[in-house]
Amino acid sequence: MSTHASVHREVGGPILTPSYRVLLAIAALGGVMMLWRFAAGLAAVSNLNDGYPWGIWIAFDVVTGTALGCGGYAVALLVYILNKGEYHPLVRPAILTSLLGYGLAVLAVTVDLGRFWELWKVPVFFWRWSHSPQLEVALCVATYVLVLLIELSPAFFEKWRKSPDTGLRSFAEKGLAFVKRFFVWILALGILLPTMHQSSLGTMMLLTGPKLHPLWFTPWLPFLFLVNCVVMGYGVVVLESHAAASAFGRRRETVMLGRLSKVAMGVALFFVAFRLADIVLRGQAAALFSWFGVAVLVELGLLVAGALVLMSQANRRSPSQQALAALLLVVGGTVYRFNVYLVGFRPGEHWSYFPAVPELLITFGIVALEIALYVAAVKTFPILAGEPEPARA
Amino acid sequence: MNPGRRRALRVLAGTASATATVAAAPAHAARAPKQVPPEAMGMLYDTTKCIGCKACVTACSVANDLEPDRGPDGLHLMPLDLSGKTKNVIKLYREGDKVSFMKSQCMHCVDPACASACMLHSLQKDETTGIVSYDPTYCVGCRYCQMACPFNVAKFEFDEAVPRIVKCELCRHRVGDAKLADDGGFSRYTRGHGPACCEVCPRGAVVYGKRSELLAEAKRRLAANPGAYVPKVYGETEAGGTQVLYLSHVPFEKLGLPDYGPQGVPHTAYTIQEGLYKGFAAPVALYAVLGAVLWRNRKKGPDGGEGVQS
Repeated sequence: MSTHASVHREVGGPILTPSYRVLLAIAALGGVMMLWRFAAGLAAVSNLNDGYPWGIWIAFDVVTGTALGCGGYAVALLVYILNKGEYHPLVRPAILTSLLGYGLAVLAVTVDLGRFWELWKVPVFFWRWSHSPQLEVALCVATYVLVLLIELSPAFFEKWRKSPDTGLRSFAEKGLAFVKRFFVWILALGILLPTMHQSSLGTMMLLTGPKLHPLWFTPWLPFLFLVNCVVMGYGVVVLESHAAASAFGRRRETVMLGRLSKVAMGVALFFVAFRLADIVLRGQAAALFSWFGVAVLVELGLLVAGALVLMSQANRRSPSQQALAALLLVVGGTVYRFNVYLVGFRPGEHWSYFPAVPELLITFGIVALEIALYVAAVKTFPILAGEPEPARA
Repeated sequence: MNPGRRRALRVLAGTASATATVAAAPAHAARAPKQVPPEAMGMLYDTTKCIGCKACVTACSVANDLEPDRGPDGLHLMPLDLSGKTKNVIKLYREGDKVSFMKSQCMHCVDPACASACMLHSLQKDETTGIVSYDPTYCVGCRYCQMACPFNVAKFEFDEAVPRIVKCELCRHRVGDAKLADDGGFSRYTRGHGPACCEVCPRGAVVYGKRSELLAEAKRRLAANPGAYVPKVYGETEAGGTQVLYLSHVPFEKLGLPDYGPQGVPHTAYTIQEGLYKGFAAPVALYAVLGAVLWRNRKKGPDGGEGVQS
């Protein structure tokens, strides 16, 4: 709550740089494609079909996008539940990344929903609620976006309390006091909700039953999705910190990130071991020697490669090796999610799916918008840790 | 091991065991298999009787007021598969001189995965007739039903700006105030009120009635014609049972009916989901545990940290 001297500081500097304009252009192109989709229907812009009703918007923007947004969750677990205060400077940027990841996943869902204008009925008509895991995901993600906004709000309030406008100043002070008072309970929600919906994202694909290949169909799917999102969350935090350091010429948080990477390595290796044990115990080991098995090996191989890089202490102290390992972990986690939602999903031999160009442009537009919002936010509001790096434990 | 680390591990162990208790709960309370509704209506299709005239395809298109699913000539109704314009289709299987027609439409599962996927019961199984119906009023167009359907039946109007899910609803809109009556040995709605495909079939290859009676009839045919059929009524138990039943003289896989086990498709997902969220007790308990841990960590932070703060 740092009503005392904030450890966070805005980066400052002009926002509309030439590269920023490129980001906005990509986002705008995606926006045009979205308008086309709303006017002409899903088939006009996408290759979605009756065999593959879910494509890249669900597999990437929503299922992977929210996992990339799990930095806030993963770091909060470490800082607040395991009480590792040393990682505290990572919290606020991680929360921002989470808010953007989740917020834009909601945008992607709106594009994907065939009848999006009925969406308001989902939270309102509670007497019609089913036990669908997707309902749990929908309600939980919507609530979590609000919680993330509250978790991040001190960054806005700290900025506004210095505003010349008295009204805004008093609003900011009241806001800070509110968040400070209820912070524990907001934070507990911020940990509970991702635990719920990230596991439910796994449960969701259990409902596809025989259409999901047995290499991925396991009652442990919800648990695996939960562990997977923690690995990806740590990976994203490391990548985000290095990207911010490179882009804004900031000091790197190498020591802290090295220790965080070690945690990520442990969770990743646990995931790999659990996954293999589950495949073997369910008697599916033979299926590893098929094309689907190759997909599993890619998914696990990337995680193992990332963990191997981090085995050496020298590598854990090297910014470039940290970033490489984090990238491997994030891509490995992404491949797992793609495998469950697209590769391992088998509607029948005669169906096929590969995203159409306008479909991809919408996804690119959303990613570009996400980066643009991140840059604008850290330049304007106190989110990144102030220099120099705070005293280490 | 330093005290901070030991404490952290203790907290981790506590949270993990709480989570494990919550996660283990469903294993003990596996979901009971769904039973066939008392007045379940259904259809029985017999490949040995079907001559592939497709009168049922036309009748379905007309009775459901569907936009004609035209073939490559852009002129004639000739659907290749179920689609946003076709709720019922006849296909031909041929291997050498072995030939069989196949009729596809919604199977009206006893434990429908589509309805389990649906957030606001837009797809719903009738408690009495067991018909799986669709009401677009509460449909957000998420297509999770399509993902879940083990028979790839639910279709979607991908080329519409205002799309809907399209699937056979056993012509429930034709029933009106008709009452079940004895008709040709089956309890069913009188002519003009039942599924159009069954009423128009010139060979009785597809008949409708109460599922229990259709199942008895199917078993009677199997017993009376040994060797004429694959000795199984498809749909009696497959995927938890379906209300549309099949008799075939070629292997069912050749008709696109996979060899599903007796478990309903939603079983695993719902055992977990209903187990974890029953009475919302588990999330509330986890919230309390998290709140307690955070409250305790609030002031003192080990490792030179600053305790719980934003």
